[in-house]
Amino acid sequence: MSLVETAEQAKQDAAYKEALVEVLYQLADDDFIISYRGSEWLGLAPHIEEDVAFSSITQNTMGHAMLFYQLLEELGEGDADALAHERISNERRNGTYFEIKNGSGTYLEEPQYDWALAVVRNYLYEAFKKVKLEEALKSSYAPLRNTADKVLMEQPYHLGHWKTWITQLQDSSQEAKERIQSRLDEAWKQIGDAFELGPKADDILAKEILSSSETLKQRWLDSVKETLTYVPNGDLASELGNGRAKEHTDQLDQALATLSEVYNSDREAVW
Amino acid sequence: MIEQQRETEIFNRLKKVDDPELPSVSIYDLGMVHEVTIDDNAHVAVTLIPTFAGCPALDIIERDVKNAIEEIEWVKSCDVTFSFDEKWSTDDITEEGKQQLKKHGVSPPPENYQPGEEWSVDCPYCGSPYTSMENVFGPTACRSILYCRSCRNPFEAMKPVVSYTAS
Ligand SMILES: [Zn+2]
Repeated sequence: MSLVETAEQAKQDAAYKEALVEVLYQLADDDFIISYRGSEWLGLAPHIEEDVAFSSITQNTMGHAMLFYQLLEELGEGDADALAHERISNERRNGTYFEIKNGSGTYLEEPQYDWALAVVRNYLYEAFKKVKLEEALKSSYAPLRNTADKVLMEQPYHLGHWKTWITQLQDSSQEAKERIQSRLDEAWKQIGDAFELGPKADDILAKEILSSSETLKQRWLDSVKETLTYVPNGDLASELGNGRAKEHTDQLDQALATLSEVYNSDREAVW
Repeated sequence: MIEQQRETEIFNRLKKVDDPELPSVSIYDLGMVHEVTIDDNAHVAVTLIPTFAGCPALDIIERDVKNAIEEIEWVKSCDVTFSFDEKWSTDDITEEGKQQLKKHGVSPPPENYQPGEEWSVDCPYCGSPYTSMENVFGPTACRSILYCRSCRNPFEAMKPVVSYTAS
């Protein structure tokens, strides 16, 4: 496969374009939903420095989502802001583990959010994002390589942040250790679909848009095993469904409803 | 010749447009100016390189650049665009930019930074290397908060951002 330099060039090969947009939706929707869940922590993080750090990561990650939505816009998928805010849940391709609620309650009513979930999920996500983007640096689609490179320049700060948290908590008090371990057990049952490439997987590989699901999974496991002192037994599962095939929980609907309420209230606002 | 003069005039003006989050450091010295073109109808197009993704200052910068260039007498109009194909790196900050940053209590980013590694910088006030990282995430995406153990001042530093593939 030779390098596809522009959106115009990609559009000339319908099969190529269809496979390409799947990958871009996955990248965009993952960043979008994880930063939405991150934004719900605003003002609720364990201390003020963490609040500053977490919201900075969240804002930056939303910026990354927008970069991928812009690539979709160039390919004729529609306006980037609309792609981010107006698509319903069964059009979304994010991994299901990234969409589940932060804990019980809602942001406005008695948020009983779980910091162990935040730490485990964000750490596992950033480790995954790094692997996927590093593989995207080899993509046949030049604008994707380029964007992956830019995002990877900023992302080490995010990964570093969550790695510090999990490293400290997994070796601190017995309670912290247990809570991290049980969130890891849960993650192992729910994160499986994140590694899938969706219905166009064959074309994605044949056209060298991205590396295989097995490569992503293996590289991710190798990387998290270097940090985690406890690694759950057994294979990764997708108990919540397959987000890459647009299957989602009603928790995503809830998130999108809240989000579009804010978005619809002021469509001209700058996000 | 007149073209050359006009171009110089544009660049001189860009050297006076400050980053709203780093007053007194121009967007030119931050390395954000990618390209300037002037057409026969005195229409100016400025292409900028965005710093951090999602940086809320980008819209303000766009407006400030447009206003500054359109103030020049011979300029008919000015368009400002961001190029997402170009990758901004903290290595693009000019010497003048580094001096200005220091003057305002912000250390320039360290040289020889490896992505993902820890880094440190000297204190912008007393020059001491005995500094500690307080919060890598500062008030804006591009800055971190540090503390100088020699002169006991907190200070900020530009977070180093460099390309993976280039290194
Ligand atoms: Zn000092």
